[in-house]
Amino acid sequence: MDDFIAARSQMALSLGFHIIFACVGMVMPIFMAISHYKYLKTGDELYKGLTKAWSKGVAILFATGAVSGTMLSFELGLLWPGFMKHAGPIFGMPFSLEGTAFFIEAIALGFFLYGWNRFNKWFHWATGVLVGISGLASGILVVAANAWMNSPSGFDYHDGVYSNIDPIKAMLNDAWFSQALHMVLAAFVATGFAVAGVHALMILKNKNIEFHRRAFFIAATCACIAALLQPISGDISAKDVAKRQPIKLAAMEAHFHTEPYSPFIIGGIVDEENQKVDYAIKLPGVLSFLVHGDFETPVKGLNEFPKENLPPIAITHYAFQIMISLGMLLCLISLTYFIAIWKKNSWLSSPWFLKLFVFAIPLGYIALEAGWVVTEVGRQPWIIYEIMRTKDAVTPMPGIVYSFYIFTAVFISLSLIVVFLLYRQMKMVGKLYDPTDPHFKHNVKH
Amino acid sequence: MLYVVIAFLWVSLYLYLILGGADFGVGVLEIFTGKKHIQKVKRTTYRSIGPIWEANHMWLIIAIVILFVGFPTIYSTISIYLHIPLVLMLLGVIARGTAFTFRHYDAIDDDWQIVYNRIFQISSLITPFFLGLIAASTVSRSINLHNTDFLSAYVYSWWNPFGISVGVFTVAISAYLASIYIIGEAESSEFMRYLTRRAKVYFFVVLLSGIAVFITAHFADIPLFNWIFGQTIGQIAVVLATLSIIVLFWAFTKEKSTIMRICVAFQTFMILVAATYNHFPDLILLANEESLSLFDHQGSEKTIEALAWALLLGSVFILPFLFYLLYSFHRKNT
Repeated sequence: MDDFIAARSQMALSLGFHIIFACVGMVMPIFMAISHYKYLKTGDELYKGLTKAWSKGVAILFATGAVSGTMLSFELGLLWPGFMKHAGPIFGMPFSLEGTAFFIEAIALGFFLYGWNRFNKWFHWATGVLVGISGLASGILVVAANAWMNSPSGFDYHDGVYSNIDPIKAMLNDAWFSQALHMVLAAFVATGFAVAGVHALMILKNKNIEFHRRAFFIAATCACIAALLQPISGDISAKDVAKRQPIKLAAMEAHFHTEPYSPFIIGGIVDEENQKVDYAIKLPGVLSFLVHGDFETPVKGLNEFPKENLPPIAITHYAFQIMISLGMLLCLISLTYFIAIWKKNSWLSSPWFLKLFVFAIPLGYIALEAGWVVTEVGRQPWIIYEIMRTKDAVTPMPGIVYSFYIFTAVFISLSLIVVFLLYRQMKMVGKLYDPTDPHFKHNVKH
Repeated sequence: MLYVVIAFLWVSLYLYLILGGADFGVGVLEIFTGKKHIQKVKRTTYRSIGPIWEANHMWLIIAIVILFVGFPTIYSTISIYLHIPLVLMLLGVIARGTAFTFRHYDAIDDDWQIVYNRIFQISSLITPFFLGLIAASTVSRSINLHNTDFLSAYVYSWWNPFGISVGVFTVAISAYLASIYIIGEAESSEFMRYLTRRAKVYFFVVLLSGIAVFITAHFADIPLFNWIFGQTIGQIAVVLATLSIIVLFWAFTKEKSTIMRICVAFQTFMILVAATYNHFPDLILLANEESLSLFDHQGSEKTIEALAWALLLGSVFILPFLFYLLYSFHRKNT
C-alpha cells in the first residue's frame, strides 16, 4: 500500500468511525429528552429508568465521539497539510462555530449526566435538550464544511492563488442544505433503527418487557418518520449533485454513455474497462426523469469527461446501490410499523414484527456509511472539487502506512470495547434501571 | 481583530494547560499514590473531574481550530514536521478519554477495571509529555524546512534532550496542578493534609524538572535564560511567581484551598507569559534563524474578522454556562 492510499484509508476509517458516534450524539439526547419529558409529565418510574439507562450509553458513546473528533481536527492537517494550508481560512468558519456548539454540548452533558436531584427538574431536562440541539448544530456545521469541498465557493481562484476570501459565503455554499438535511435524517434513521432493534431483541428475550417496550416506541417512531422522509431528501440531493457534480452522479449510476431515455441502473457488475454494467436491471428513461423531470432528455455519461477527472466508478456505484436499497427496505419496515400502530395493534407484539426490527439493527448505519462513500469517493480525484487534487494535498512525510495500521488497530479495539460495554449495560437493565424488576436495587452507584 | 484572535489563541492554550493539565495530572497522581490512599484519590478525582473533563479538553480543539482557520501555514507546518509526536499525543488523548469514561460506565465491576486503570494512568503520563515535547519543538529551532531525509526532517525536529526535558516538566506541572486542585475537593481534613504533603512533593519535582529544562536549553544553545531573565517582563514574571510561592506555602498551613488554586493558576500563567512573550509575534522558531510569525502568516482579513466574531459570540454563550458548571459541581455545592 503506498502512502497516498494509506492516508486516504486512514482518513476514511477515522471519519467512518467518528460518524457513528457523532450521530448517536445528535440523536440519542432527543430520545432521552422525550423519555425524560414523559417521566416528568406522568411520573412513570420506568421512563426515569430508561432515561438513565440511555444516558449511560450516551456517556460511553459521546466520550468515544469526543476523542475521535479531537483526533480528526488534527488529522486534517496531519494527512492533508496542503489542503488545510489553503482551505483552512476559507472553509474554517463552520469549524469555529462548531467549536462553540460542541463546547456547549460537552458542558450541557456534564449538567445532564450529573444533575439528577441537584437542579430544578425542568432546568435539568432543558440541559438534556440542549445536548441534542447543540449536537445537531455541530453535525450540520461539519457537514457544511464538507459540502464546501463538493461545492467550493466564497473565493476566487487563479493560478494557484486563492483570493477575495469570504468565509461566510463559503459556509453557505450550494451543497450545504441538501447534504445537511440528508445527514440529519440519516442520523435519525440509523440511530433510531439500531436502538429500536436492540430493545426489540430484549422484548423477544422476554426481559423487562414494559421497560423495553417504552424504549422501542420512542426510537422506532422517530426512526420510521425519518426513514419515510429520507427519499424526498435523497431526491433533492440527487438533483443537486446532477447539477453541480455531473461526474459524481454518472459514477453513482455507472452511467457511461450519454443517450436519450437514460436508464436507471440497479445493481450489476461494473466493467470499467469496457464501459458497461453487466447483469444489471435497467429502467429506461428513469434516470432522465429523476434528473430532468422528463423521460427523454439525455443525462451526461462518464465518457464525456476527461479520464483523469473520473472517480473510482465501481466503488461509487456499489455504495450508492447499497444506500438506496437499504433506504427502500427501511421505508418498507417503517410503513409496516405505522400500519401496525394505526390498524393492526396485534402485530406490535408478534415475534416476526420484532424480528424485523432486530434484523434492521445495522442497516441504517450501513446505509449511512455507504452514503458517505458515495459523497467522498465520488468527489475523487478532487479534494476541493475542480480546484485541488487529493494527491497534491497529502503530507510529504513517508511512512503513513504504519500510522494507518496503528489507527486501524485502535479503532477496531475501541469498537469492540464499546460494544462490550453496551452489552454489559443491557445485561444490567433489570438491576439498575427497571424499578418494576424484582432484582432492582435502589441507590447504587449508577 | 487580529489581536482578539491571538488573545483567544493564547487564553485557550493557557486554559488547556491548567484545566487539561490538572485533568492529566490526576492520572499521574494515581500512578504515584500508594495502595492505602488510592481508592480515596480515585473517588475524589472522579467527583471533581467527572462532569467537566470533556469541557476541559475543548480548549485544545478551540486552539487548534483558531490555528487552522486563522494561521493555516503555521498549522500545516506543525502538522508536517511534528507529525509523529502529534500522533502519539492523539493516541494518548483517545486512550485516556475512553478509559476514564469506560471505567466509570462499565455496568459490571470486575477485573476489567484493572485494564481501564492501567490505560488511563499510562496515557495520562504520555499525553502531557508529548504536549510539552511539541511545545518545546516550536521554540527550539529544531524544525528545519530544508531538510528532506526522514530522520532529520521528521524525527530530530522534536526528539532532542530539550524537548524531552520540557515533556517531563509538563508532566510534573500537570501532577502539581492536579494535586493542588483536588485538595479543595478532599472529603476529610486528614485526607486534605495528606494531599497537601503530596502537593509539596510535586512542587519540588516541578522545580527540579524546571532546572533540567534550563540545563538542556543551555546545551542546545537555546537562550532560555536570556528570554526569561534578560528583559523586564520576564523579570517581573519571575518575581511575581516567586511571591506567589510564598503565598502558596502560607495557604498550605492555613488550609485555604481556593488561594492555593489561585496561586498555581497564577504561576502557570507566569510560566506561559515568560515562555511566549519574548518571541511574540513569532509562534514557531525554525532552524536557520527562520520563523513563522502570527503577523506574517494570518489568513485573509475577512477570515480573521469572522473568526474573531465567532469566538466573541461563542464566549458569550460558553463562559457563563461553563462557570456555572464548574461552580455547581464544586464540593461545597454538592
